[in-house]
Amino acid sequence: MTTIEQRDNYPKSAAEFTENVEKREKIGKVFEILFLLGLLLGLFVLALLLFDVLRDGLGRFLMPGFLTETPSRFPDRGGIRPAIVSSILLGIIVILTTVPIGVGAALYLEEYAPKTWWTAIIEINISNLAGVPSIVYGLLGLGVFNYLLGFGPTLISGALTLSLLSLPVIIVTAREAIRAVPDSLRYASYGLGVTKWQTISHHVIPYAVPGILTGVIISVSRAIGDAASLIVVGAVAFLTFNPGLFNRFMALPIQIYSYITRPEPGFANAAAATIIVLIILVLALNGMAIYIRQRFYY
Amino acid sequence: MAYYHSKNRLDTKAEQQNNVVFDVEGVKVYYDGFLALLDVYLKIPEKQITAFIGPSGCGKSTLLRCFNRMNDLIPKAKVEGRLYYRDRNIYDPKINSVKLRRQVGMVFQRPNPFPKSIYENIAFGPRANGYKGNMDELVEDSLRRAAIWDEVKDKLKAKGTALSGGQQQRLCIARAIAMKPDVLLMDEPCSALDPISTRQVEELCLELKEQYTIIMVTHNMQQASRIADWTAFFNTEIDEHGKRRGKLVEFSPTEQMFSSPTTKEAEEYISGRFG
Repeated sequence: MTTIEQRDNYPKSAAEFTENVEKREKIGKVFEILFLLGLLLGLFVLALLLFDVLRDGLGRFLMPGFLTETPSRFPDRGGIRPAIVSSILLGIIVILTTVPIGVGAALYLEEYAPKTWWTAIIEINISNLAGVPSIVYGLLGLGVFNYLLGFGPTLISGALTLSLLSLPVIIVTAREAIRAVPDSLRYASYGLGVTKWQTISHHVIPYAVPGILTGVIISVSRAIGDAASLIVVGAVAFLTFNPGLFNRFMALPIQIYSYITRPEPGFANAAAATIIVLIILVLALNGMAIYIRQRFYY
Repeated sequence: MAYYHSKNRLDTKAEQQNNVVFDVEGVKVYYDGFLALLDVYLKIPEKQITAFIGPSGCGKSTLLRCFNRMNDLIPKAKVEGRLYYRDRNIYDPKINSVKLRRQVGMVFQRPNPFPKSIYENIAFGPRANGYKGNMDELVEDSLRRAAIWDEVKDKLKAKGTALSGGQQQRLCIARAIAMKPDVLLMDEPCSALDPISTRQVEELCLELKEQYTIIMVTHNMQQASRIADWTAFFNTEIDEHGKRRGKLVEFSPTEQMFSSPTTKEAEEYISGRFG
């Protein structure tokens, strides 16, 4: 049997190339396996975490009253209702404040602002703000909301501090989403004698909604899970009533932190049970976003 | 310089036959600070198809985008000179470009339907402009005139982006004529289409010129010779900075352009010696 290489009429130019296809494909295979390993490692760690939390916390989580009662001095008694209510309120306020402000800022930067050196500086700074540690936002919130505006250590101070924390990520991701809207769509709209705002509201925003939602979820999830900034603003570890906007407040991460700092072993299970609640809350938020994305007509 | 203004000749010829819709009076376009299109003098006759032909970079699309001030949307582009649309200079600062674009519709090189339903693609423009008539009738009428009604009448709720390329382009034409414009600008409307769709769009143009003035940029000389009444030939030249810029070389009735062009450049281009 003759192979291709042995045939007489094989093109001469082949001699100028060392094709080595088998080796090149093998290199590709090695990278494919490396990437798969990366994925599996990530999934494994996540699964381990979930398993650990469920093993420690599921029993406590299922005890009657854990979701509906106020905290107790005893690890097996009481519940985390004030923390749940606080976190849900915090999440709602963060979404209500950051989405309009963040999307508005992103729209201005992308659609209206001229591309000059000062808009470039603003862009870089917003991206940098997305990387600032949350405790720094806590100090800012303490100064501005607690003292300057006189809200004191209340839920509204905490919520607005978390909003500050979320805004940069929302602006950055919303800008990416708006920039991804093809210009051909804008031209099509302008070409019909349609104004700028009609073009933005009917075409640009709907097209960008899925991308904007992704950013909202990432940053609100970060805010809901944040403890450091709320400690600075004055969240408390123990509350026997439901928080109101201008009352003292708790939060699920604060509850977790307060549980794990206690010496009795039962509190570790309570902390794990609280983590389960927090994970469910974040999952519910994600589910909502996916639902909106699917439902969206555009 | 063999730089030919057809201004005087057209003044007499075009005005004998047709009214002038656009009177281009020395329009130049700068791009990024450099002159990209030398002064153009040109009169576009009413209810005729005028084709712009020429090699890439000759400024034909750039000039087309002047007619509805689409160049305003390109930050680096700057237009100078006067361009009269029915006796009003559209580069007068007092002219509202949104109002102008309602009169001067545009069809783009790549079909760009909105990612909405076929119905909404047509209805959006009229609704945004406060159309008071019967929307269902307008949608049907526009789709009929764009020769796509039979293909889409049963799926008006399907997305416009799900249609084939040729159907999408006819949808875009329907969308443009739903605004009941005065002029249709077409920027290489068939360059992304197969020969059958191209023929459909060409036949459509010939029907539409009964009602509309059409200005079409095309890379396809056969297309210009098939459907255009008037043809403008643009060419490129190298300026003192070594940059390429475009210029209008000749503007003639299409028959004359393709049988006995007056300029050597046009003759060489049309006989296929370059371009």
